[in-house]
Amino acid sequence: MSRRVVITGLGVVSPNGVGVDQFEKALKSGKSGVRHNAHLEELNFACQISAIPEVSDELKAQYFNPLFLKFIENTAIIFGGIAGIDAWTDAQLTPREEPDWDSGVIYGCGSMAMDEFISEKLQMVNEGKTRHLGSRVIEQTMNSGTSAFLGGYLGLGNLIGSNSSACSTGTEAVYQGFERIRRGKANLMLCGSCESHGAYNWAAFDSMRILCRDSNDQPEKGSRPMSKDAVGFVPGTGAGALVLEELEQAKRRGVKIYAEILGGEVNSGGQRSGGTMTAPSPEGVKRCIATALKDSNIGVNDIDGICGHLTSTMADPLEIKNWSEALNRKGKDFPYINALKSMIGHCLGAAGSIELAATALQLHNSYFHGSLNTGELHPEIEKYAHRSKIPEQCINFDGEIIAKASFGFGDINACLMLKKWRD
Amino acid sequence: MSNVEKVERLITNDSEILDKLKEIIKPYLGVKMELENLTGDESLVEDLRINSAHIVDIIIDIESVFDILIEDESINQMNSVNDSIEIIKKQIDH
Repeated sequence: MSRRVVITGLGVVSPNGVGVDQFEKALKSGKSGVRHNAHLEELNFACQISAIPEVSDELKAQYFNPLFLKFIENTAIIFGGIAGIDAWTDAQLTPREEPDWDSGVIYGCGSMAMDEFISEKLQMVNEGKTRHLGSRVIEQTMNSGTSAFLGGYLGLGNLIGSNSSACSTGTEAVYQGFERIRRGKANLMLCGSCESHGAYNWAAFDSMRILCRDSNDQPEKGSRPMSKDAVGFVPGTGAGALVLEELEQAKRRGVKIYAEILGGEVNSGGQRSGGTMTAPSPEGVKRCIATALKDSNIGVNDIDGICGHLTSTMADPLEIKNWSEALNRKGKDFPYINALKSMIGHCLGAAGSIELAATALQLHNSYFHGSLNTGELHPEIEKYAHRSKIPEQCINFDGEIIAKASFGFGDINACLMLKKWRD
Repeated sequence: MSNVEKVERLITNDSEILDKLKEIIKPYLGVKMELENLTGDESLVEDLRINSAHIVDIIIDIESVFDILIEDESINQMNSVNDSIEIIKKQIDH
């Protein structure tokens, strides 16, 4: 059984724009969401900049009831919940009275329990006051906290779960939901990812010297994917959500279709042939892209654009080389490529789903957002991709297919092919 | 933790305890009702539709507002509003 799957709803809580409308404006204008972070400075982080969505108490009150807000402090669930509800509403759906057995949720998170909210709770445990923790801490530490909230809020009865695969979490969540619908196990899946916020989640990256440490006085210049001066990623947080729906159901409902997911792949390089816990095996990456193309029934020349993983680290040149070799395209023949992380830093587990939402919007509205701070490209990148294929500003885009890939610690890869929807 | 103002003096009067208790349980109510109409006989879970998992949170709030400790054995006896008042009184008397 192989059915077609389309995207019918989007929700985004991004450091450069909360809500799809604000997010899209930010994409088009090239707005940075990276700001100075006084808390990181106080804690002696080498990196004292970060990208955090601005979500006010008033906004929270529009989504959550007072009892929820009395207890739920984990920003991953709050951001994930807002993005999920937005995507559901965008797809013209409402919470169900009776369980909807054909609709489910896969909502990933990189590291749910590392949110700064945990500090006070751990202190209570350390002081022997476990009995004061109460009933609402578990749902904020289990990785499935967001999917559990959304499943209950919306009344969904299909698979309700969470995946976790480091920085490929978001793309993998959408891949899993896509597969489930394609195989006929569900008709609709709310897929997305979120990330916990703050010092505990980011500290070990700072210790590894892979965060940006040279831009504390000019935060918006910190994230510079593909630049020769890229020195590390800017830590970020947020959430993205996509409603995936079986094509015939979406047509029956007569709802807006952003894009079709043609196919995809997830794999690992097995931490062999150059792959390690932290570095991707080129063989694994190229195989993932090639298999995703085959799964989508398209060829290398059908790719018009790439929404890269591109984190602003020394891994960027290798990524471009891998794309070039996987597609057998270079120079002016290389597809357009952009790096959303240049605007919103690296939102870790949330990155893939926010980037996929951006991909769907770009296909739907025929533009390709620019990448900030590319400056002078890394010389190893210029060998494979012509400068004109890496726009600094938003351009009109009449392409049909954008490839999106995410890569994560553990030498794991996820790739999806999205196609513009034409009625 | 509870937003209800802490009791700074010894209270033993049922109606004063009930007033504080009303404030504590208000956010947990699963039914729309005016708390002024509360008689005390209502079951917390069945009548007031409080999620049973939240009983421990109510106890945590009671402990902090009244500055008392509620024994685990008492938790199973806390079925109605009046049961709760009795348990609180017993602990205040201790």
